[in-house]
Amino acid sequence: MTGSPLLVAADLHKSYGPTPALEGASLAVWAGEVVAIMGPSGSGKSTLLHCLAGIVVPDSGQVRYDGRELSGMPDAARSALRRTRFGFVFQFGQLVPELTCVENVALPLRLERVPRREAERRAAQWLDRLEVGDVAGKRPGEVSGGQGQRVAVARALVTTPQVVFADEPTGALDSLNGERVMRLLTAAARETGAAVVLVTHEPRVAGYSDREVVVRDGRTRDLERTW
Amino acid sequence: MVSEVLLGARFAVAGGRDGWTRTLFTAVGVGVGVALLLLAASVPGALQSREQRGQARAGFHAGDVLPAGPGTVLIASVVTTFRDQEVYGNLVRAEGPDAPVPPGLVALPRAGEAVVSPALRDLLDSPEGPLFAPRLGGARVTGVIGDEGLLGPGELAFYLGSDTLGSGRAVRLDRFGEPQPAHEPFGPMLTLLIVIIFVVLLLPITVFIGAAVRFGGERRDRRLAALRLIGADRRMTRRIATGETAVAALLGLAAGGLLFLAGRALVPLVTLWDISLYAGDVRPWPPLVVAIALAVPALAVVVNLAALRGVAVEPLGVTRRGVPPRRRIWWRLLLPATGLALLAPMAGGGGVAAAPAEYQAAAGTVLVLVGAVALLPWLIDLLVRRLGAGPVGWQLAVRRLQLDSATSARLVGGIAVAVAGTIGLQMLFAAVENRSRTAGDDVTRAQAIVRTFGRTDLPESLARLRGTPGVAGAVGTYEIAAALPRGGPDRLQLLVGDCAELAAFADLGRCADGDTFLVRSAESGSVTASQLRPGGRVALGDDGRPWTVPTGARRVPARAQGPVAPRDAILATPGALDPGTLPERETATFVRFVPGDPDALERVRSTVLAADPLAQVAALTPVRESNRFASIRRGLYLGIVVTLLLIASSMLVGVLEQLRERRRLLAMLVALGTPRRSLGLSVLWQTVLPVLVGLVLAVGFGLGLGVVLLRIAVVRVTISWAAVGWSAGLGAAAVLLTTALSLPALWRLTRPDGLRTE
Amino acid sequence: MMCIVLSMSLGQTFLGLLESGPRHGYDLKRTYDDRFGNARPLHYGQVYATLSRLLKDGLVELDGVEPGEGPERKRYAITSAGVTDVGRWLGTPEKPEPYLQNTLYTKIVLAVLTGRPAADLLDVQRAEHLRLMRELTRRKAEGDLAEQLICDHALFHLEADLRWLELTSARLDDLAARVRS
Ligand SMILES: Nc1ncnc2c1ncn2[C@@H]1O[C@H](COP(=O)(O)OP(=O)(O)OP(=O)(O)O)[C@@H](O)[C@H]1O
Ligand SMILES: [Mg+2]
Repeated sequence: MTGSPLLVAADLHKSYGPTPALEGASLAVWAGEVVAIMGPSGSGKSTLLHCLAGIVVPDSGQVRYDGRELSGMPDAARSALRRTRFGFVFQFGQLVPELTCVENVALPLRLERVPRREAERRAAQWLDRLEVGDVAGKRPGEVSGGQGQRVAVARALVTTPQVVFADEPTGALDSLNGERVMRLLTAAARETGAAVVLVTHEPRVAGYSDREVVVRDGRTRDLERTW
Repeated sequence: MVSEVLLGARFAVAGGRDGWTRTLFTAVGVGVGVALLLLAASVPGALQSREQRGQARAGFHAGDVLPAGPGTVLIASVVTTFRDQEVYGNLVRAEGPDAPVPPGLVALPRAGEAVVSPALRDLLDSPEGPLFAPRLGGARVTGVIGDEGLLGPGELAFYLGSDTLGSGRAVRLDRFGEPQPAHEPFGPMLTLLIVIIFVVLLLPITVFIGAAVRFGGERRDRRLAALRLIGADRRMTRRIATGETAVAALLGLAAGGLLFLAGRALVPLVTLWDISLYAGDVRPWPPLVVAIALAVPALAVVVNLAALRGVAVEPLGVTRRGVPPRRRIWWRLLLPATGLALLAPMAGGGGVAAAPAEYQAAAGTVLVLVGAVALLPWLIDLLVRRLGAGPVGWQLAVRRLQLDSATSARLVGGIAVAVAGTIGLQMLFAAVENRSRTAGDDVTRAQAIVRTFGRTDLPESLARLRGTPGVAGAVGTYEIAAALPRGGPDRLQLLVGDCAELAAFADLGRCADGDTFLVRSAESGSVTASQLRPGGRVALGDDGRPWTVPTGARRVPARAQGPVAPRDAILATPGALDPGTLPERETATFVRFVPGDPDALERVRSTVLAADPLAQVAALTPVRESNRFASIRRGLYLGIVVTLLLIASSMLVGVLEQLRERRRLLAMLVALGTPRRSLGLSVLWQTVLPVLVGLVLAVGFGLGLGVVLLRIAVVRVTISWAAVGWSAGLGAAAVLLTTALSLPALWRLTRPDGLRTE
Repeated sequence: MMCIVLSMSLGQTFLGLLESGPRHGYDLKRTYDDRFGNARPLHYGQVYATLSRLLKDGLVELDGVEPGEGPERKRYAITSAGVTDVGRWLGTPEKPEPYLQNTLYTKIVLAVLTGRPAADLLDVQRAEHLRLMRELTRRKAEGDLAEQLICDHALFHLEADLRWLELTSARLDDLAARVRS
């Protein structure tokens, strides 16, 4: 944790109508580290993650990535950021059911205008790395939850992003498959130097992190820092 | 840029069975619509081809009378009808070896020979053949008229050879074909009607295409959200969606082309509006084809993008759908208001005479109907928002509609346009029919009139007619127009016949050959008749040959129960006026049939034509409902039914799709103990509620449109509740059909084991 | 903490190892340390005390003594009584250990009673637990299968503690109300 952080959120506030989701959340993420965000259900973890990733614009406070203010950016710029610098692994519903696994993984590259062949070659490599090379030609509906999740990890990493955002990536998996996904995700992230922001309520999954941040009632407590 | 469109295209064709079925549904839906559009685009061309062939075979000659020569032909029309179908009959006589041959014939038939159209040949070969055969005068059929000589495959036509045809009753030609285009086949009023019918039928088809494009739309939107998450920006998602829709629309275009070609092959089998067409005639006008080919994908893309605007496709859109934008009312009201503003000045009559007025009327109608489509979602929203909780089925349906009423609004929009248009047109038809019905013939006196021209021997002809089976009676006289030498323009008729014949027209009292009678009907205010007295002079026929009414002529009253309504006339026995001395000897014979013999008329036609091919038989009908109106109305109903079936089918697809998407939920509801009846009811409500709104709106707009059209046609405004009932009933039937057809799928999907099949 | 096999069952563990064949005491210690000892090797004294107890109970017998000095020259073999004993031991479930009165609970109640910030206490504990879990996760990633199983066992226990900590912090207010009343 030396040098300046890659991603900084300061004093974020966000409400959905009358419901406050974030009430002064702050967080810094350094390059290459794995940060676990934990806390009770409804405390605002997902909202914080979405703000960090530029998916949701906070009502107040700022999110800076690499020195740039996210909330001031137009949608296209934030989309571009998601495409090139960020990767996402969510609990489910992220793979496109119409495409095969390898095509799904190649998708972010193709959005970046990488030719199809090249994109799919790289996608296949990533599938191998995540030990799901054998399902490359299948559609998401034909693979198990654990395999699908590893395909999603491959897709998150295929653009060699700076930050991978993972919201309950193991939420729908048993512990063996959950651990496998986490082991592969963190190993690959460390190899490529990507930071991982991991929302989870499973302590064992959080065990894969370098650092933990607890969210309660929309506010963050960075335990390592306070104590 | 292009790569995203291609990616979208890939989505359209990839994606396993599910993806394929969706694309297929869209393609078929669009295809059906496109085929219908192409058909409509072919109508002008088809009519034009007919007209061209009609002109090419016309025996028309303008200018100086041609001298007979080796290259001339004499031709005369044989005017006859079989059942209700007019027959194109000709009597021809070649005057030399180089005589011109009409199109479709190899050579001119000689006397005793006939060349007939395939349809007539089939008729002659059929059991009904003997009813027609005598009209060919026993001639041998030596050939068949080729397609280029016929208006359509169903046309009854013949060329009968003659060696007695004289130039007095015929036209002499040195070539066939009419140089100038024939006049417009429909009057302005009819043209207006036809334009509006097209609008009424094509608008729902357009709406239908719009709906077909959105088959599987929800699923696609969710996929786009997933793409947003991995960094596709809004423009990219739009391009991807565009690519996907465009592929489906293009497939639809191709499907439409194929359907059209297949349908075209069936065209010769159909005779609609008394018109049959060759498959080759049904050729869409190229600019229209180009327009369709461009407009359909464009429409598809626009509809899809508009639908995308309604859902906020955000990266998290997977779970959190955007609230649909509040519907604004002003522009929705603007459309029908503009339409009415266009139509209003035309009300009061006279407005449809000029060509631009047709376009104005069409534009006004389109705007009013499109306005109905635009108002519908707003009204449905308004209604659904207010609806509260109720039984489970009701609640499921209402909540579903509150979340997304646009899908059903799109489909119901089609129904609304179809129903509103039908109501408006039906009102117009009902009114116009009433008006034309008053001009019917009085069939209590006679049911047919036979007219002959030329050297006919009347007594012989009368004997033949009276001997024809099915004829109850016949009264015939020579008929010649008479006028006072310096009188007004009125003419009266001079009838020459035996006392027995003349007695049918007036109470003669005594009568012997050589007598003359003057008949004056009570109602007649004719000056000519009042100035005519015995010993007076009249001018006969076209050349005004003078004739003196014999001084012994008596005035007699017209007979009330005669073969025709009482009228002013001079009745003369052959002794008073020798018909042989008349320049034109025209006879008119009134024929009564034995009631209930449908073939009697055909036998009379045959009898008459066998003796004189140039004679004419006119059947009298009680209601002279404009034939065209009747067939147009039938066409309209047919079109509406087809349109409603189309829309019902696309509603069905929509419902099935929703059911499939929510199969887990449904299975869960059943597992929880929700009665399937409730689920069935929810499907029913979900379709019924929007359709109810749609029908109310359609009835309102239809009546409004009808009133305006009636005002334009200057007809007294009466509301035809039967038309309203029929049209709305057809719309309602479409909904019930949809629901009924979707129930088996619902039953299948709501088996509790559906929970596992995810 | 890391000593998974409790001393009371050291005898049975030795018996189990001897089932595959007679061994020297030194061998036994080495094998045990490899398999189960983790960071804490056995003392020779412990080994020979246990073996002599087993000998006395007739569960092992001397298989032979090699020439030379020292107890390490003896070879032990399992008796049939010993085999029976191992079977019985393996078949007997361990008594679940409900830590009804553990230190942590005492600390929290005391903190609440004395008006100290119990939430902070919980958070500190939580951080400590997670730190340990992280370390174990790391070791697990580097170790072999045996190492992984052992670490997982500890991790699941720690996770259970942590969940309890979370639950408790969510119920601190209730607790405070109860305790103070
Ligand atoms: N789109 C939304 N509309 C309305 N309220 C929302 C929305 N998203 C989140 N909230 C509210 O914001 C608060 C925080 O939600 P968030 O999803 O961030 O919680 P979380 O910590 O991720 O919970 P969990 O562990 O259950 O996933 C909750 O009270 C939730 O109800
Ligand atoms: Mg969450």
